[in-house]
Amino acid sequence: MWSFILKRLFSSIFVLFGLSILIFTLTRLVPGDVARLALGPQAPQWAVDAYREKLHLNEPLPVQYWIWITNALHGDLGESVTSRRPVIDDFVQYFPATLELVFFSTIITISLSLIIGAYTGRKANGLADNMFRVLSYFGIAVPAFVWAIISLFLFGFVWKLFPIFGQLDAGIIRPPVVTGMMLIDSVIAGNWTAFVNHLQHIILPSSMLSIARIAQDSKLLRSGMVENLNKDYILAATSYGIPDQRITLRYLLKPSLIPMVSVMGMEIATSIGGSFIIERVFDWPGFGKYGMQAMLMKDVNPIVASVMLIGASCAFFNIIVDVIVAYLDPRIRVMERAT
Amino acid sequence: MSENLIEIDDLHLNYKIYEGTLKVLNGVQFKFRKGEKIGLIGESGSGKTTTMRAITKILARNAEITKGSILFKGKDVLKMPEKEIQKIRREHISMIFQDPTASLNPVFTVKDQLFDVIKYSSAEKLTKNETKERAINVLKSVALADPERILESYPIMLSGGMRQRICIAFALVSASELLIADEPGTSLDVTIEDQILRLLGKLVEDRGTSIILISHALGAVKGLVDKVYVMYAGNMIEGATTEELFSEPLHPYTVGLFKTVPKITGGGIPEAIKGRIPDYINPPEGCRFAPRCEHVMPICKKEMPGVTSVGKGHELMCFLFK
Amino acid sequence: MKSIGIHLDEYQRESIKKSWSKFSGNYLSVIGLSSVIFVLFVAITSPWIAPYKQSWQPFVDFAHANSPPSWDHLFGTDIYGRDILSRIMYALRYDLLIVVGCLSLDVVPGTILGLLAGYFKGSWLDTVIMRATDIVLAIPAIVLALAIAALLPPTMFNSMMAIASIWWPWYSRLSYGLTTSIRNEYFVQAAELMGENPIRIMFLEILPNFLSPILTKVSLDVGWVILWTSTLSFVGLGVQEPTPALGNMVAAGSRYMPDYWWMAIFPALAIALTIMSFNLLGDGIRDMLAVEEL
Repeated sequence: MWSFILKRLFSSIFVLFGLSILIFTLTRLVPGDVARLALGPQAPQWAVDAYREKLHLNEPLPVQYWIWITNALHGDLGESVTSRRPVIDDFVQYFPATLELVFFSTIITISLSLIIGAYTGRKANGLADNMFRVLSYFGIAVPAFVWAIISLFLFGFVWKLFPIFGQLDAGIIRPPVVTGMMLIDSVIAGNWTAFVNHLQHIILPSSMLSIARIAQDSKLLRSGMVENLNKDYILAATSYGIPDQRITLRYLLKPSLIPMVSVMGMEIATSIGGSFIIERVFDWPGFGKYGMQAMLMKDVNPIVASVMLIGASCAFFNIIVDVIVAYLDPRIRVMERAT
Repeated sequence: MSENLIEIDDLHLNYKIYEGTLKVLNGVQFKFRKGEKIGLIGESGSGKTTTMRAITKILARNAEITKGSILFKGKDVLKMPEKEIQKIRREHISMIFQDPTASLNPVFTVKDQLFDVIKYSSAEKLTKNETKERAINVLKSVALADPERILESYPIMLSGGMRQRICIAFALVSASELLIADEPGTSLDVTIEDQILRLLGKLVEDRGTSIILISHALGAVKGLVDKVYVMYAGNMIEGATTEELFSEPLHPYTVGLFKTVPKITGGGIPEAIKGRIPDYINPPEGCRFAPRCEHVMPICKKEMPGVTSVGKGHELMCFLFK
Repeated sequence: MKSIGIHLDEYQRESIKKSWSKFSGNYLSVIGLSSVIFVLFVAITSPWIAPYKQSWQPFVDFAHANSPPSWDHLFGTDIYGRDILSRIMYALRYDLLIVVGCLSLDVVPGTILGLLAGYFKGSWLDTVIMRATDIVLAIPAIVLALAIAALLPPTMFNSMMAIASIWWPWYSRLSYGLTTSIRNEYFVQAAELMGENPIRIMFLEILPNFLSPILTKVSLDVGWVILWTSTLSFVGLGVQEPTPALGNMVAAGSRYMPDYWWMAIFPALAIALTIMSFNLLGDGIRDMLAVEEL
């Protein structure tokens, strides 16, 4: 098992290096002067020149990269022009909020996909199955931001069910920051008003992230179950007299979950990406909103940092998911050993 | 009547597939008494597995039974509520499937699966230790060394022969009266297959269980069973004691079948039976063997021959012997 | 078929007929196909059939601004008085053009790269190509696309480049997998033994076997590219005002929700409809090709 994890870690690190070179080069090759873009057209030339010096923009490219990478490995990812702070501080402040969104979305996704997928898998081609099949087309096809706009309209204005901006209503005391994820922090602080209020705020954005995921995951679970339903080992289990319900919930579910869990890693990655859009729409103070802002402002350091940090977290989550899949399916463990 | 453990009468079964309906079983007649050891032979696709699966109703979802009855100890299985059938599955009849690799759930250990089978095989509640003891005992009885290690293993870690024995073990736990073995060992090495068949023979002797052994290899069947049925295209076309069938096959199909087996005593290259098994979507009217039969008569193409008895327990479905 | 000079032998004609009957048997695929044809028709003919052609150029007409859907303006007008229906029709052109551009930039090179990597498996070429694939796939596509689009000046061409630069790895991976599995087939080894030129082997023996999966993937991908194009323009990267793009229309319109709901909702529906049609069509093609392989 450990060699499995180590191998994955190794290749991830290599890939991240490659990614850093890629994004770094891109930012330095941008048409136009990076420094000028950052400081704006009003800034005097001497300020722009000084900034150029500061960013080492006059050095040859490989030297610039070297300076950047050595700094980065010490945690210094440069400063953001818009927030006037080291990027790493921004990351620490904003990323947990995004994580919270993604985790909540994952919880919603898993719960609903399990129920829908298992039910439609067992009663394939029934009424519910056909209905969900049509619905899942909508779910996958319509972009997240469209859902977001529609939900803003429906839940924010038509039926004022959920708040549509921010994390917390003004006037409610924020819990002290422990993890940065307000749901957890408010529980730790015992601040139940904040908890409930925050919960109301988080439902809409995380649901928007979940829609496409549920559409895909429930389909995967369903097809896994339909495929495995006719497998000999299920028939055998029936022939030994094991009750139907136990077969479905235990012997059919576990092998059928594998395709669904395998894509979970990629889905979490995509959700982190999706947060860039969703956070903007719902004004959620997470890393997505921050990164999106940086991109629009052409704030180079945060852009590079965003790409790298997100790449790193995706690699991290992918490894974790791979471990879970290996736990679920012993065949993979055996194969790995063989290779 | 009540002596018969199983009585299948005029069973018709169809499979619904994309291209149409496969009318596989065409009026199967079959009787089985307690204590008997029966072999069921026939080509792939003749309906052997389907018939046996129908007995405990573990059929694929697209199967439908259109006619006929299956009596277990006098009661019609097809009309039984699910709970009763489950009782039969748990306590009376069990099947050993053809492919041991496919019959074991790959993501659960042998222990998980076997404990469940044991748990549901009897109405009494067993403690964990008792279950474990039973598990180890049954694994030992199928000649598996180191049952402790096997319990903790996943199927993929074990060899084909071991998996087959485990499947037999599972079946032994959940059957007191009848074991249906579907081509055991076919997917394995011939030497292992031989071992498995011997094992089955010994178990049957020791426990006095009845057995129906399905096979498409004639030789395998011979040493093990008292009576043999031959199946073709959805019908039991001939049935007799082993000696009788092998020495005096009567039905043209059976005769042809034996001719295809090369003999060690010489006699040249064996001849195949001309033609192929019928298309189940559009099966021929009348006797399904008629298109391939050397002795075909006009009536064969119009009607299906019923069962005729030619004495000494020898029965067949053929107009030649009416 | 004869009249356009295409000669198909008996077998090919039969296969086409069979494929079509499988395809048309599935009502969803037929809906997808007709819907796609409709969308394409609108996009291609928009410069001629759009009711208010001025609407996609700098143009104001405050007298008719902010009017809800009516017989005059089926989808209403925006805050400048421009007809939303015409803008949507024109936006479709841009978005579909981007799709065509992306796919033509990505499909062929991506597939060939995977083919090369798979054929010369184990060599430095393989390592380089597949590592490059891994790198691009390491981060969520949307983030990379946004980053690239952000770093380039916002034009239609650049948003196409942004998406094109992240989409090719999927084709490389797919063709890599296909190549490695086909490579060890006997007919390839036979060709190698006969001393056939590797280029010929790759393109004439191995590649033709890909057509089915690649075609399936392309038809399913069109929906994705449209999704990203509209996402890019939604956040303000890519096509800029006053040029209409489905995404930026939704963004602009969303500021006036809920009062002038039509400004955002109709473009959003247009996006959904377009993507869904292509997805249905793609699924239909996938089912049709898959059944054939049986």
